[in-house]
Amino acid sequence: MSETTRLTDLLEHSARQFPDKVAVSVPGGGSVTYGELSTLTNRLRDRLWQLGVRHGDRVGFRLHKSIDSVVSLFGIMKAGAAYVPVDAESPAARAAFIMNDCAVKAVITEQDQTQALVQELAALGAAPHVLEIEPSEPDLPIRRLLDALDGTSPAPVVSSPGIQPDDIAYILYTSGSTGQPKGVVLSHRNAASFIDWCSDSFAPEASDTFSSHAPFHFDLSILDIYVSIKHGARLVLIGEALGKDPARLAPAIAAEGITIWYSTPSILSLLADYGKLERQDCSALRIVFFAGEVFPIPRFRTLRKFWPHPRFVNLYGPTETNVCTYYEVPVDNSWETMETFPIGYMCVPNEGKVVDEAGQTVPTGEPGELVVAGPNVMQGYWNLPEQNGRAFLVDQDGRKWYRTGDIVAEEGGQRYRYLSRRDRMVKRRGYRVELGEVEVGLLKHPDVREAAVVSVADPQAGVRIAAFVSCSGERRLTIIELKTYSARSLPPYMIPDTFVVLEALPRTSTDKVDFQALKARA
Amino acid sequence: MENTRDVVRRFILENFLPGEDPKNLTDDTELKESGILDSLSTLKLVTFLEEQFKVQLEASDLDAGNLSSVASIANLVAAKSGGR
Repeated sequence: MSETTRLTDLLEHSARQFPDKVAVSVPGGGSVTYGELSTLTNRLRDRLWQLGVRHGDRVGFRLHKSIDSVVSLFGIMKAGAAYVPVDAESPAARAAFIMNDCAVKAVITEQDQTQALVQELAALGAAPHVLEIEPSEPDLPIRRLLDALDGTSPAPVVSSPGIQPDDIAYILYTSGSTGQPKGVVLSHRNAASFIDWCSDSFAPEASDTFSSHAPFHFDLSILDIYVSIKHGARLVLIGEALGKDPARLAPAIAAEGITIWYSTPSILSLLADYGKLERQDCSALRIVFFAGEVFPIPRFRTLRKFWPHPRFVNLYGPTETNVCTYYEVPVDNSWETMETFPIGYMCVPNEGKVVDEAGQTVPTGEPGELVVAGPNVMQGYWNLPEQNGRAFLVDQDGRKWYRTGDIVAEEGGQRYRYLSRRDRMVKRRGYRVELGEVEVGLLKHPDVREAAVVSVADPQAGVRIAAFVSCSGERRLTIIELKTYSARSLPPYMIPDTFVVLEALPRTSTDKVDFQALKARA
Repeated sequence: MENTRDVVRRFILENFLPGEDPKNLTDDTELKESGILDSLSTLKLVTFLEEQFKVQLEASDLDAGNLSSVASIANLVAAKSGGR
C-alpha cells in the first residue's frame, strides 16, 4: 500500500483485500470481520449524518473498550468529523468538560452512564445529540442500536465527504496545568505519518495479532488500531478490567497468540510480578513495544527472564508528536549495565534538536529541551491560543518546532537520552499528570484550604505522588476522606499515593509554597 | 493474639494509608469505592493474605464485595481456611 493520507482509507483497503478475515476480536467475546466493520462504520456514518453531523464537526464517545468503540471512531471519521474519545472510567464532570470544550455535535455513550453525562453537559449549557448503547446486549450492541433507529427513521445512505489530509482526525485530551484538560488536535496526516513509519520499520503482516491494551483516549492506541487495520491483521481488544489483572491477562496473551504487544512499562512489570509468566506460552510474541514512562532496568530484567525471545522497542513521544523517537533494546546483554534505556533515534522524516532556554541549539552531549518538527507534530491545542504560542519554537526560517518540555541529551550518533522534565508534569502508569491539575482538584473540596502535590521517584512504581493539604474548618479531614474524595473527582492515575494533613503548608521567604521542604517530607 | 481483622487493618494502614489514625479505619469502612483498594493495592493485599494466612484465593473470590471492608476480608479468609 502506498503512502497513507486518510485513516479511513486503511479500513477500506483491508476490507477490499480481506473481507472475511477477522479484524477485531475480544477475548472470550465477539469478533467482527473487515467486511462487517466496513459496513457497520458506513451505517454509523449515515446515522450521524442524519443527526446533522457534517464534515469538520467533532463527535465524542465515552465507551468501554469494545468493538463498538472501534466502530464509533471509524464511523465518526467517515462522516468527516473528528472523534473525541473520553475515559469511561473517569468522572462524568471531566467527560462533560471535554465534550463541551470542543463543542461535540453528538455523543455516543453507554446506557448506564448517559444520565450523569447529559446532566453534566446540561450544567455547562450543552445538549449534543446522544446515541445510547446498551452494552450488556450480546453480539454488537451498536448494530442493534442502528437496527432499532433504522426501524423508526431510516438514515439516508450518504457517501463519505472528501476528507483532506490536514482535516482533524481526533482530539486527545491530556492533563493541563491550569486544572482543566487540554485537547491535542491531530490530523489524518499526523497519524498517517507515524503509521507508515511503523510499517517501514517493523514490517507487520496480515498474520500478526496486535494487542489493544491502551484505552482509546491514550495515544498508544493509535499504533494498535491503525497499524493492525492497515495490514489486515487481527486486533485483540483488552478491556479495562482484564488489562489491570495480570493473573488473567497473561493467559489471554498466550491463548490469543498475540504477536505484537504494546503497553506501558507499568503493565509489563505487573505481568512479570503477578502474571505467573513461567506457566504461559507466549512464544508467539515477536515484538514488544513499550512507551509512556521510563522502564526501570531491574523491572525489565525480570520481564526479559520470562520473555527472552521477542524484540523489545522503547517508543517515546508526547501526545503532541505521536511517537517521535525509538530505541530497540539490543539482543546482547549490553543493556544490563545501562542506567536507563535511551529514548533513541528520531522517527524519520521527523527532526529533533536540543535547545537551551533561548532556543539556541546546545553542543552535542549538553542537556537541553528536545524540540521536534515534522509531519507527526500536532496542529495545536483546541481553542487555547496562548498555550499554542508557548508550545512551539519558531526558528528563523519560520519552521515550527514543538517544545516537548523534556530535558534530554544527545549521546552522539543522534541518539537521545531522556534526563528530566522542565516543568511540573510527571508520568504515572504512562499517563501525563500535571501536578497542578491534582492540586486544583483537591482545592475543590470545601474543607481544603491549601493543597500542594509533589512527585517522588520510587524504585517500584517509578513515581509516587504525595499530597499535602491544610483544612479550612475546625475538623481535620482524615486520609480516608481525602482518598475517597479523590477517587470520586479525579481519574484513577491522578489519585495521590499518600496524603499528609498539615496545620499550614510550609512557605518560602517569598511566601510561596516551599516545595523543597515538602519533597523532603514525602 | 491479634485477630484476622487487626492483621488486615494493620496491613492496609501501613501500605495504603500511611499516616492515617488507625481508629478511622473501622471494620466497615468502604475500601473499594473509596479508592483505598485500587487494582494495584488489591494485588498486593491478595498476595499478603495468601502468604499470611496460607490460603489460596481465586479470581472469583475477589468479586462480589468480598474485599469491600476489613470485616468482609476477614470473613473471606475465615471461609477459605475453614475446617483447619
